[in-house]
Amino acid sequence: MPQNAEKIKDHVSLFAEPEYKELFERKATQFECGHSPETVAKQADYTKGWEYREKNLARQAVVINPAKACQPLGAAFAAAGFEGTLVYTHGSQGCTAYFRSHLTRHFKEPTAIVSDSMTEDAAVFGGLNNMVEGLSNAYALYKPKMIAVHTTCMAEVIGDDLHAFIQGAKDKGSLPQEIPVPFAHTPSFVGSHVVGYDLMVKGVLSNFWEGKTRTAGSSKINLIPGFDGYAVANVRELKRMMDAMGVEYTVISDVSDIFDTPTDGKYRMFDGGTKLEDVAAALDAKATIGMQRWCGEKTLDYVAKTGQETASFRYPLGVSATDEFLMKVSELTGKPIPASLELERGRLVDAIADSIQWTHGKTFAIYGDPDFVLGMSRFVMEMGGEPVHCLSTNGTKDWAAEMTDLLATSPHGAGGKAWAAKDLWAMRSLIATEPVDFVIGNSYGKYLEREFGVPLIRLTFPIFDRHHHHRFPTMGYQGGLRVLVTILDKILDTMDVESAKTGISYDLVR
Amino acid sequence: MSLDDIEGRKAMIEEVLSEYPEKARKKRAKHLNVYEEGKPDCGVKSNIKSVPGVMTIRGCAYAGAKGVVWGPIKDMVHISHGPVGCGQYSWSQRRNYATGQMGVDSWVTMQVTSDFQERDIVFGGDKKLELVIDELEAMFPLSKGISIQSECPVGLIGDDIEAVARKKAKEIDKVIVPVRCEGFRGVSQSLGHHIANDCLRDWVLDKGKGEPGFEGTDYDVLIVGDYNIGGDAWASRILLEEMGLRVIGMWSGDGTLAELERGPKAKMNLIHCYRSMNYICRHMEEKYGIPWLEYNFFGPTQIAKSLRNIAAQFDDKIKEGAERVIAKYQPMADAILAKFKPRLEGKRAMLYVGGLRPRHVADAYGDLGIEIIGTGYEFAHGDDYQRTTEYIKGGTLVYDDVSGFELERFIEKLRPDLVGSGIKEKYAVQKMGVAFRQLHSWDYSGPYHGYDGFAVFARDMDLAINSPVWSLHKAPWKAA
Repeated sequence: MPQNAEKIKDHVSLFAEPEYKELFERKATQFECGHSPETVAKQADYTKGWEYREKNLARQAVVINPAKACQPLGAAFAAAGFEGTLVYTHGSQGCTAYFRSHLTRHFKEPTAIVSDSMTEDAAVFGGLNNMVEGLSNAYALYKPKMIAVHTTCMAEVIGDDLHAFIQGAKDKGSLPQEIPVPFAHTPSFVGSHVVGYDLMVKGVLSNFWEGKTRTAGSSKINLIPGFDGYAVANVRELKRMMDAMGVEYTVISDVSDIFDTPTDGKYRMFDGGTKLEDVAAALDAKATIGMQRWCGEKTLDYVAKTGQETASFRYPLGVSATDEFLMKVSELTGKPIPASLELERGRLVDAIADSIQWTHGKTFAIYGDPDFVLGMSRFVMEMGGEPVHCLSTNGTKDWAAEMTDLLATSPHGAGGKAWAAKDLWAMRSLIATEPVDFVIGNSYGKYLEREFGVPLIRLTFPIFDRHHHHRFPTMGYQGGLRVLVTILDKILDTMDVESAKTGISYDLVR
Repeated sequence: MSLDDIEGRKAMIEEVLSEYPEKARKKRAKHLNVYEEGKPDCGVKSNIKSVPGVMTIRGCAYAGAKGVVWGPIKDMVHISHGPVGCGQYSWSQRRNYATGQMGVDSWVTMQVTSDFQERDIVFGGDKKLELVIDELEAMFPLSKGISIQSECPVGLIGDDIEAVARKKAKEIDKVIVPVRCEGFRGVSQSLGHHIANDCLRDWVLDKGKGEPGFEGTDYDVLIVGDYNIGGDAWASRILLEEMGLRVIGMWSGDGTLAELERGPKAKMNLIHCYRSMNYICRHMEEKYGIPWLEYNFFGPTQIAKSLRNIAAQFDDKIKEGAERVIAKYQPMADAILAKFKPRLEGKRAMLYVGGLRPRHVADAYGDLGIEIIGTGYEFAHGDDYQRTTEYIKGGTLVYDDVSGFELERFIEKLRPDLVGSGIKEKYAVQKMGVAFRQLHSWDYSGPYHGYDGFAVFARDMDLAINSPVWSLHKAPWKAA
């Protein structure tokens, strides 16, 4: 009997016990009617070859293991970043359960979103009644300062009109007229979560700015972080750098507190977030900066029409991307980059220089959201690494062009290629046929790691199977140190594991 | 507030309800009650539409069909048919363990989707679905079949996935199962289970190819409604086999298409999750005359009782087998109780889970000396609340389709030592300084079924309740 009270075995070791191995064998041979081990091995080999790769990359219809989510997830995330704001899904309730679970599994934090639970009758008659009742209940229970509404594909397919429905609900007394209820139509069959983020931020800004006249002359700037699993720490790092520069700024959608509340005996459903008065005042800012292009295209277009200057970055990571960001802020605000940040910059360069022995020439597969892949590839090249497979499931043709241009800026990008709108099953073929030293991605990459032994470096959303990474920044010079150390640790750990096999090169000093 | 303070609890319910607008208050009042000892059910309404805007914890029909019933069938490819999200959020989240090689002869941990775009909504998705199936054949030739799990838009735009399934099944000579589990159908995951069961009946059992050469025995049973979360079904199967039964299929944890098709040859269906798979058991009873029996493999009391109940359906050989199994494992279970019961005796727990566990785990807690002071289901029906009365004491707070708001208030008022619920509830509860275990995913632990599983269950409840961290949540310089 494998189990005993002194040393309790859970799934990690229990099923390696002989009793269970025999059970698996018995089940497989007598009851499963599976393929022979030879057939399975042959097919497994075949899936790792060039012929399979060609078929795999030629797929037009089926998507297998994509690295993207749907619009509403991004919209809900963006909406969570405003003061006292209740995120509200107009559509099926199952979607809401999924968004909440998905964000919670990454942050290990509660995610509050309500749904108006549309069912078959709403599919026939439209979801107005759900909206009237839902807004009324949500307001009564939670007394939010703002309710931010987004849709699911159900509501989009039947063509519900959020603007009319929300006004209708207010007219019926569901909630006071003065409570702001910004909204975004976020069909999950268009774009991905990064688009949903963009549309929700635009929805919030337009709710406060529409019909107002901008007063020019301020030197204040707005920063839009974009969809970012590291937002908790990255937003704080952005604020720290802005404070160090003495810049006046507003972070538009600040999720740093709501996804990082303390355990002190009290659950805070609302915490932190961009103050609503600051959202309104943000119209008068000199400029708005998007930290991620594909999380802010529509928003920045809208902002530009108000007369503000705009700029967008590509999830700036590492030295030169941070330089560019800070120089742009300096240019827009007239505030010089202070000595303290220059010192931090020098320390990051110092750290990279100390470690080039191990980073130089290492090859990487990098996947994730379009801006992340650009930002990460750029930093990898700075440390002498070589991005080889740069893949973004929600990357567009524009992204692929930018990615190709970026790779062309460095000899370290010469062996790299951009793969737009490809999934992780395509990545599997790329790695099988053209192996790399490391994969940079999210938790889903662990299947590639298991299959090919290629170590996975978790640096982007979602990270389900490691805890607390998002509590440390990746942006800015300080964040750069964290990214460098994360990559370096994996390189050196891998070397130790490999060299321990022979005992040669298992060095104490590296 | 003790279990005896029934009036106090009723007043608590009224207080929480008073926060709702009148219409919602009336609706929600029917779902909350304090159980009165001796009554035949819990006195709550169930399986009714959730109230809009109150943060229901429920999911949808797709979650019940793809996420629960079909997803664990490992040698079939399950297409999340529609936009990308549903498949993405449910990808590898239920920990349905299965042997096999991912993407070669097992697809449980993969996310396969038709990734609908706007043109698919406008022009319909049937053509794309055909192409998806062709491409899947090229990618995964060793799959035994395919299921099509419909997401919301599919049913709204009038696609005919059944026609596609029939046509392509002929072409590729494999089982293709179209499942109409659009998320807007029904009021919770529950209708998804039912639809999934019906599709299993219509597209697998009724089209059964039989299994030439299969030699049945008098001891052939199916495990039904065990999804092998953290290896639960394995820790159950091992006991059934040890008592002399032959498990000819597992539905659907670590399951295969062959095990589904062989189902009608069982002599008895043993069902764990009654809520999600009773439909197919009833069908098999009517059509094939196969009797079915509910069992409960949580905790030594219920395990021994269930083993004996199962054995009572068979001959002396099996009855002796059951006694042998109980005698073999009871000393280990006793050692577990000796180790953990002194640490857990008198603790109070609240539960809120899906459709089975809010009653099924009660005696496992009871074995450890933990009292259940509140329980409720996301998607139970009336018969579940009747069955619940076998497990709970008078004075237990019962909440159906509880809202986040209600659950938080109840926890604040009752301050239990442990809450067992899901990922969405976990961190809010812990922030209140209350211990928590996820009772859907076993909090990434398990198995919890069977004797081997009970040891893990006991260990985990102890680590949650008795963790030193719960003494830290108040800063010492703050007045108590």
